[in-house]
Amino acid sequence: MEIRRDVFQAIADPTRRAILSLVAIQAMTPGTIAENFESSRQTISKHIKILTECELLEQQQNGREIYYHINAKKIKEVADFIEPFRKMWDDRFNKLEDIMKNYKPKND
Amino acid sequence: MEKKTKISAENGQQEILITREFDLPLDLLFKAYAEPEIVEQWMGTKVLKLENKQHGGWQFETTDPHGNVVFRANGVVHDFVPNERITRTFEMENTNFAPQLEFLNFEKLTDNTSKLTIQIIYKSVELRDQQLKLPFAQGINMAHNRLEEIVNQLK
Repeated sequence: MEIRRDVFQAIADPTRRAILSLVAIQAMTPGTIAENFESSRQTISKHIKILTECELLEQQQNGREIYYHINAKKIKEVADFIEPFRKMWDDRFNKLEDIMKNYKPKND
Repeated sequence: MEKKTKISAENGQQEILITREFDLPLDLLFKAYAEPEIVEQWMGTKVLKLENKQHGGWQFETTDPHGNVVFRANGVVHDFVPNERITRTFEMENTNFAPQLEFLNFEKLTDNTSKLTIQIIYKSVELRDQQLKLPFAQGINMAHNRLEEIVNQLK
């Protein structure tokens, strides 16, 4: 029986998130990805395999090399693009609220 | 817990709606938008100009600790009605982003609570989506920079 890979489980791991943020900038070979980490190449390969199985990474044959790039469509499904935007405004407004709660009108 | 700030961005539309309810009387909420020294505090930016009147202009600027300008934006105040609304344009300088039109609506809910609704209209659907994704992209970049720092320390 095949184990169903859960995308949320995949991105819950910090190393896999780091791999995603690396590959988000540019497509990379497994070797180049592994160079960015202390872990063994096998460990990184395992992470790449999981990310590929959940379709967060896609393979692309380029001559003899295999390049991994991010599957934006899949990422969009799991990561809420709007949340960081919302949070930015929420932080600003929280600050506004705090400041105005302590606001003392100037009488000079 | 319910999220206090809400963003509504429908697919294929070139506008977004930001709504927020405040534990503040209406006049205090409005003051936070009208007084330059208060705007500076919560926006974390320097207010170079803020003319709260019809046909007035505004300009904000943010610098890094070395004094380099990292963000500058400006616009025109189209309408300014205290405790009611501000209509203005917003344009980020030195970017390819077209100006956007902003309708800020201030509402009294109770004596001690108020509501702000900001409707932002962009030049195109693509531009709107780009703006929405900006903080997300910055987050990814920051994660990447942190990773680079860590990697460099290991070398």
